[in-house]
Amino acid sequence: MKLIQFLSNIAMPMMILIIVVYGLIERNKVFDTFLDGAKEGVGIVVSIFPTLVGLFVAVGALRSSGVLDMIIHIVTPILDLVKFPSEIMPLALLRPISGSSSIAVATDLMKTFGVDSLFGLMASVIMGSTETTLYTIAVYSSAVGIKKTRFVLWASLLADVVGIIVSVVVCRLLSTSFC
Amino acid sequence: MLNFVWPIFIIISFVYAIFSGNLDSLNSSIFSSTEEAVKLCLSLLGTMCLWNGIMEIANQTSVVTKLTKLLKPLMKLLFPEIKENSPVYQEISMNMIANILGLGNAATPLGLKAMKSLQEQNIDKTILSNSMATLIVINTASIQIIPTTVIAIRSSLGSQNPTSIIVPVWIATICAAIAGITATKLFIKMGK
Repeated sequence: MKLIQFLSNIAMPMMILIIVVYGLIERNKVFDTFLDGAKEGVGIVVSIFPTLVGLFVAVGALRSSGVLDMIIHIVTPILDLVKFPSEIMPLALLRPISGSSSIAVATDLMKTFGVDSLFGLMASVIMGSTETTLYTIAVYSSAVGIKKTRFVLWASLLADVVGIIVSVVVCRLLSTSFC
Repeated sequence: MLNFVWPIFIIISFVYAIFSGNLDSLNSSIFSSTEEAVKLCLSLLGTMCLWNGIMEIANQTSVVTKLTKLLKPLMKLLFPEIKENSPVYQEISMNMIANILGLGNAATPLGLKAMKSLQEQNIDKTILSNSMATLIVINTASIQIIPTTVIAIRSSLGSQNPTSIIVPVWIATICAAIAGITATKLFIKMGK
């Protein structure tokens, strides 16, 4: 536990340190180079900002209007048939479209059922093993002005579905063998 | 993609809100969402500039070439169209290294830099190239050694063993990544 915490704390400073030290050793103008790169960063953020506004409003509306609750209501009986826990469903639906609200839902699940309970574990593993797919695709393609994303949405959603199902199955197996 | 996903989201939610009487919360969410986007962009602005600058330094040193050598077999499999000595090759490698180390803040700027370079070589600037598509799918798969965010949440909630999820997360991420990459390769083969 302590070692892991140490490793994750040191990863970022170490990476920066190594790069800067290497730059010095190889006699580059380190700070000038840094500024050149940093300036470029501003442009990237500006180019993705409109996309983010549009995306956040649409996803926020989906949640606040109650559409997501309705969808969860509809699919729950189907999920019961395949033994997918319906408690996890809101998280599974939100995960690909909204990072902040899926963290909120996952934290809520851990609080309600207990962090180390089966559902708490499932929520943790799902959060750890998946990304906010829609956001990633939107940001990456709009940063360079791409309009057609081909099959990327389907391939990434498939990865999410597989990730979520595997998370649920692995947690089930673990809790029956250890708890 | 957003040209059909976005209007669908808007139409469904707005119509549903009218009939279900959730107009109040819809109204407040419209404003809070734009605010959220501004907040995210502001924090992104900082990390984006920092990591773009750091990456610029790295690009002029030999450290990147050394690191990218480690990823060579994986890169060959994932990005057969990219030449090994091109700057894009290094940028993608650095993006994957940042992902693996769990440096989400660094991975996005590095990935976007790689996207920019890939776009320069792209023939039709409105459509994703094969390499760009693969890069995005990899970044949606969240491959990481230590899922720091979740561990932090778990220990803040008083878990007995916050890191117990690491191995399950590995299993789930690897399965997800394999599924995503396989699908990508199949779609490319089918000429989609």
